[in-house]
Amino acid sequence: MTPTASSTASSTSSHAVFDDVVRSDSSLRRFLHGLPGVDQVGCEARAAGLATRSIKTTSKAYAIDLAIRMVDLTTLEGQDTHGKVRALASKAMRPDPADPTCPATAAVCVYPDMVATAKQTLGDSGVNVAAVATAFPSGRAAMDIKLADTRDAVEAGADEIDMVIDRGAFLSGRYLDVFEEIAQVREACGDAHLKVIFETGELQTYDNVRRASWLAMMAGGHFIKTSTGKVQPAATLPVTLIMLEAVRDFREQTGQMVGVKPAGGIKTTKDAIKYLVMVNEICGDDWLDPDWFRFGASTLLNDLLMQRTKMTTGRYSGPDYFTLD
Amino acid sequence: MSRIDVRKTYKLYIGGQFPRSESGRSFVVNDAKGRLLANAAQASRKDARDAVVAARAAFGGWSGRTAYNRAQVVYRIAEVLEGRREQFEAELRAAEGITPARARSYVDAAIDRLVWYAGWADKITQVVGNANPVAGPYFNLSTPEPSGVIAVVAPRGPLLGLVSVVAPLIVTGNTVVVIASQDNPLTAITLGEVMATSDLPGGVVNVLTGSQSEIAPWLASHMDVNGIDLTGVEDAELATELEVAAADNLKRVRRPAPDTDWLAEPGLDRMTQFLETKTVWHPIGV
Repeated sequence: MTPTASSTASSTSSHAVFDDVVRSDSSLRRFLHGLPGVDQVGCEARAAGLATRSIKTTSKAYAIDLAIRMVDLTTLEGQDTHGKVRALASKAMRPDPADPTCPATAAVCVYPDMVATAKQTLGDSGVNVAAVATAFPSGRAAMDIKLADTRDAVEAGADEIDMVIDRGAFLSGRYLDVFEEIAQVREACGDAHLKVIFETGELQTYDNVRRASWLAMMAGGHFIKTSTGKVQPAATLPVTLIMLEAVRDFREQTGQMVGVKPAGGIKTTKDAIKYLVMVNEICGDDWLDPDWFRFGASTLLNDLLMQRTKMTTGRYSGPDYFTLD
Repeated sequence: MSRIDVRKTYKLYIGGQFPRSESGRSFVVNDAKGRLLANAAQASRKDARDAVVAARAAFGGWSGRTAYNRAQVVYRIAEVLEGRREQFEAELRAAEGITPARARSYVDAAIDRLVWYAGWADKITQVVGNANPVAGPYFNLSTPEPSGVIAVVAPRGPLLGLVSVVAPLIVTGNTVVVIASQDNPLTAITLGEVMATSDLPGGVVNVLTGSQSEIAPWLASHMDVNGIDLTGVEDAELATELEVAAADNLKRVRRPAPDTDWLAEPGLDRMTQFLETKTVWHPIGV
């Protein structure tokens, strides 16, 4: 992670620009509901239009390597074992053991109790450990438990914390509660970077996605993330488009960059490239970097590796030649 | 007022669907006298890739069915083909310029061939499997298992030739990506329609039409294809090239056979060539 985001934001969890906005529940609501509404049809058409771009040869090779570097290799199952996490961490460091030119992924993403295991394997390889915290995936726990969950993960060595917002509070309009929660978790994170998960599949409308994006950015999140991967629909192109627009507008207003992480349901190289095209078109190439855009995925990596192998060897590869997890 | 023709669009058969070629290309297919018969989809390497993905996805379910059930499905293809024989006879006559009697004999032979292979589904294990004698208190049993996804370059015979190369592969539980004869691709797609309505799960047979020399090398080098049948390759140089490409992941290769008499008794080797032998040891009980 580059320090640019944290250097301006770590001193205060919110920005002076928004002090008036977050003063009370009603001023916050006025601001969020005053954001321009999303044209649903227009947004979906734009996302679909961008998805038709054809990316070939050298651009495709670049996109595949970039996408691999952006992957947060994720395992969030009840059945996770230390062995599986070690295997996953090894894969994150060297995704294609047969090809030393293949870059490492950005991070591995695990439950807090697995952080130490992942950290031990990853060492100083440069691959970060991300931990989901705050009673992931539902977010239904008392505040002190969520904070303890976060501190636990940070103490165990997590470089990044993926928190979930309280969707119940958000949907019932208690925006300040959500704001405070994010700000407190941000504080509990210390030096670790905070990703704020909205679970857009539960937010019902695009307008809510835009509001949640601004709320999380004002509260000091380093990244905004679409989904836990446990709820369908997970990441979609239109939802990510709205979030990208939000981080773009936020930088215009505050000069500060926030990252975006779509997660869940991105399974093929084709999907990943569609997202990258969108990032470039909406936000520009400042965001085409693992510090500012991530994919939360597990199966995506194998497809990226198969496509990469196809490009280097000139023949189609098969799933037999890559690890299952 | 004369009725307007309902012209048919011949597309590919991949994963139980009939998609156009991803490339958007098509090519002209003429009848025996050189007149336009129809346009056929010209498959690209990406269509071949999609077909392999479909075949791989279908393999687990198809190979996991009982041999008895596979026999029923292949027999069902024969039944449906019998019901549509007039369409096939007309297509064969148009495509090859043969007499009605000859067209009928080809359709008869194709249907009989399907029934013949259907019967083998639950018998091949007894013929090529074995209980091996070993020096110890064990049963030692060898059983044949399907190789996996097999690419096939179909020979010229638009119906009988195609049935003769595809049926032996699917009765044993393999799934197939077949490149139809370049000269007479239309009957292959009509046969696809028969298979799509015969309880054959989508993806078990995938039919590509187009240029053999364009598509076959991608299938030959594909790491997720377990075997390749070069029966329909007539260019010796291309055949060598394909065999070399196939060696990369040690595919089973069946070499070209340009002069095969498709009306003759086929024998077992088209089935046995794409089977793997699994041998298990099991302690003898009390």
